[in-house]
Amino acid sequence: MNTQHPEPPALFTYTLRLGDDALVSAQRMGGWIAAGPQLEEDVALGNIGLDLLGQARALLTYAGDVEGAGRGEDALAYLRDERDFLNAQLFELDNGDFGFTIARLLVASSYQWELYSRLQSSADETLAAIAAKAVKEVAYHRDHATQWTLRLGDGTDESHGRMQRGLDDLWPYVDEVFESDDLVARLAADGLAVDPATLREPASSYVEKVLAEATLEVPETNVRHTGGRRGIHTERMGYLLAEMQYLARAHPGATW
Amino acid sequence: MSAPRGEWPLWEVFVRAKRGLNHVHVGSLHAPDAPMALRNARDLYTRRQEGVSIWVIPADEITASSPDEKDAFFEPAGDKIYRHPTFYEVPEGVEHL
Repeated sequence: MNTQHPEPPALFTYTLRLGDDALVSAQRMGGWIAAGPQLEEDVALGNIGLDLLGQARALLTYAGDVEGAGRGEDALAYLRDERDFLNAQLFELDNGDFGFTIARLLVASSYQWELYSRLQSSADETLAAIAAKAVKEVAYHRDHATQWTLRLGDGTDESHGRMQRGLDDLWPYVDEVFESDDLVARLAADGLAVDPATLREPASSYVEKVLAEATLEVPETNVRHTGGRRGIHTERMGYLLAEMQYLARAHPGATW
Repeated sequence: MSAPRGEWPLWEVFVRAKRGLNHVHVGSLHAPDAPMALRNARDLYTRRQEGVSIWVIPADEITASSPDEKDAFFEPAGDKIYRHPTFYEVPEGVEHL
């Protein structure tokens, strides 16, 4: 489709990026239910997923309001195609083993904690209110990931190896989370958004402190995958959306 | 702990619903250690704001009375009704009783 679309409002695009990060993360967390190492961990990851889903709902609802085209949270979550999703690729990768999931949760929640801490003082009242609620939730996600990173990293040879492999596999996708562009820089200058580039230092320093205590190495890599914020995704994204959107698309407008 | 290999030990969970009340036993859970037990308890037993404080205790640290000794333990109190404060007349005008 090459029809000319007017440029969507910058605030819509920014809110959608945050909302898609949360939505896709929630979907991934849901994948652990009934597959966790213990029932208790199923519940913990499920709770984290529900927190993220709540954040996604608030953000997508607000994005729809900003857009003003009559799209609500459901339309944005279930009726967009892959190229219209603006989450960073890190969030869409398969869960992998428990080590990879914890590695991703540690990085993602460290990023989100720094983000929402600052977004609380956004000049946009709605974003500020969403951030004020979310920051308490992601503080717990970060704590959960930290506790597990310490135990797996400083645990057995097997757990240490898997945790390190999880970090190594994740690292090429970490950089994108902290990428800035003109759109977010402009919104940040107006006091509405938080420039992700400013979060790199505080988030990395938290993660590196945890990894050091867990006797894990900060991976080194020259590979940096990017594109999610422009709708370019990995192969895994199509499968994720197929599962997430199937029901809503097979039965349009269905309600409980 | 005598947990089977690969199994996390069992913890008993006590939750205080609000300030001034006692911690009450609400159930049990598995966790690898005490800090994780506390976090699991938060997820399992305070999802609907049931509490303001949580205790977790290793289940095998609890010494319980034996069901076999129930009679010896509890029955002697059965016929000592004078231990209940039911023989006193409440004077008129006493409030908050």
